[in-house]
Amino acid sequence: MKPFIKLDGLVAPMDRANVDTDAIIPKQFLKSIKRSGFGPNLFDEWRYLDIGQPGQDSTNRPRNPDFVLNQARYQGAQVLLTRDNFGCGSSREHAPWALEDFGFRVLIGTTFADIFFNNCFKNGLLPIKLPAAEVDALFALCHLTPGYRLVVDLENQIVTRPDGHVIPFSVDPFRRECLLNGWDDIGLTLRHADKIRDFEARRRIEQPWLFA
Amino acid sequence: MQAQTLYEKLWSSHVVHVEDDGTALIYIDRHLVHEVTSPQAFEGLKLAGRKPWRVDSIVATADHNTPTDHWDMGIQDPVSRQQVETLDSNIREVGALAYFPFKDQRQGIVHVIGPENGATLPGMTVVCGDSHTSTHGAFACLAHGIGTSEVEHVMATQCLLQKKSKTMLVRVEGPLGAGVTAKDVVLAIIGRIGTAGGTGYAIEFGGSAIRSLSMEGRMTVCNMAIEAGARAGLVAVDDKTVEYFKGRPFAPRGETWDRAVEYWRTLHSDAGAVFDAVVELNAAEIKPQVTWGTSPEMVVAIDGTVPDPDLEKDPVKREGMARALQYMGLTPRTPIASVPVDKVFIGSCTNSRIEDLRAAAAVARGRQKAASVKQALVVPGSGLVKAQAEAEGLDKIFIAAGFEWREPGCSMCLAMNADRLEPGERCASTSNRNFEGRQGAGGRTHLVSPAMAAAAAIAGRFADVRELG
Repeated sequence: MKPFIKLDGLVAPMDRANVDTDAIIPKQFLKSIKRSGFGPNLFDEWRYLDIGQPGQDSTNRPRNPDFVLNQARYQGAQVLLTRDNFGCGSSREHAPWALEDFGFRVLIGTTFADIFFNNCFKNGLLPIKLPAAEVDALFALCHLTPGYRLVVDLENQIVTRPDGHVIPFSVDPFRRECLLNGWDDIGLTLRHADKIRDFEARRRIEQPWLFA
Repeated sequence: MQAQTLYEKLWSSHVVHVEDDGTALIYIDRHLVHEVTSPQAFEGLKLAGRKPWRVDSIVATADHNTPTDHWDMGIQDPVSRQQVETLDSNIREVGALAYFPFKDQRQGIVHVIGPENGATLPGMTVVCGDSHTSTHGAFACLAHGIGTSEVEHVMATQCLLQKKSKTMLVRVEGPLGAGVTAKDVVLAIIGRIGTAGGTGYAIEFGGSAIRSLSMEGRMTVCNMAIEAGARAGLVAVDDKTVEYFKGRPFAPRGETWDRAVEYWRTLHSDAGAVFDAVVELNAAEIKPQVTWGTSPEMVVAIDGTVPDPDLEKDPVKREGMARALQYMGLTPRTPIASVPVDKVFIGSCTNSRIEDLRAAAAVARGRQKAASVKQALVVPGSGLVKAQAEAEGLDKIFIAAGFEWREPGCSMCLAMNADRLEPGERCASTSNRNFEGRQGAGGRTHLVSPAMAAAAAIAGRFADVRELG
């Protein structure tokens, strides 16, 4: 996994609540057996005027000019500003894969759906929960200011606005450590292999029907 | 000992290790696998040179991509076929306790076949790369949907990294009215607490109305816990739970059965256990439900009307409602019972079990699908459900009423196979998500119970199943 330490990135606003993972990456693209290449189909139904098919080259597909990520001022955005309950619905990890492949590294919102939130951390994507008033202010500033950027510092757990306003955020220490170092979860867990084996051996005796 | 909630009992009996910040390693008893969220996990395992920790924890099936008709022709879509064949070869290589491939008699939707085969048992931790894994909580399992990285993690370590959830009790008391089903109960709950109401919680469903539900009904309720934002839903063990597992292929037998039952009987919240949140609903007030928008929380009773965004004070919500109405092609204040439907879908991990098909067939019996309804699909949850329904003659009732009787699979719930809505088509669906494009790009989904879906097929619009007689 790519480590995440600090980023100074262009911000794009996704000003709607309950953005679900079906919207982030529609089902037809889930037929891929790969982990990469989902970026061109991120928000496919909102982004394009036609219906996308897996394996299709999206370069010349008709784009919806009203969709936020198609606007010139947000090209190259790495920070996505979101509303309540972003990432709800399906557990598809294709959603964070698509966001990451598109170029996003940070999501800022009030709340995120649990499974999606978890999936982000496995893919070098940092979801940040902020109070509603801070998020509202960021939306307003982002709309007003072309080229609006934020500095996101995971080490110090702060988001800094261009006007110098600093917003602290919290993140589980374990997740922070993994993200800062780009650590692979599985490798970390296998350090406890003996404990897992002991637990399992005990369980085999106490509840043998689970090992039928 | 301090009174514990069911969630706390399940959690503490599976903790292997805890990090300083409370992140825990939870042991996983059952790993359900399907073709869509597993290929990258199998590949990751192979690339890292790792072996699965415990192959006999894996139960796999192909369900999302499989067609529901013309099985003799195989899977026509080459991309879908490749995904299913990838699962075939991964399981061949790695192994599993059981694999129910495409066309197997026991194949079906992963959340239907797990319990049906006794591969899901009370007290287990169950994971699957599928958000509707919450279904298995109906059997007092701690069951979570997980992402593909976690699928790989569970395969490699038999554990999941988890933070303990908060606990919520949703208590539904009183008798349910005639024509009011588990689906209506859970839609009413989501309407009350919202799609993010359960975020960060494991929800235990309790109260006399929940206890009165069959195991199938409890599965429907837990299935949609995720639509309320909760990764896990739970119902305590009672006689119905124990009875359900008697004679299932992977359920224990003989002396082991007795030991297991003795343990299962402890799987309930203790008297006096404290929940972080409690929500109460009066069952008598719940009517048949129909969603009107693009989120399951956008729901009204069948005698209600499409709401007016202008009455909503919160600007983000107002904007969301207006957008949903535009997408759904609906006008504020329209009676929901006057809205015509183009298609009907009866199926999905929410409502494709035998009880669901019986309820729909009871409405369809001796009646005819309205001519204006282009298609009414009935897709059983598994080969066994299909066989049972056919033994009861339900297939004949559906066919006589002008419905289509199909092979098992996820089908039009998410339209990864050929079953889908065309742009602008409106569907009465027994599935779980009414998101934009969920059942096909531009498709308009209204979530309802199986009886209500059948009633809509007959009436050609949403109709109150209680008035059909």
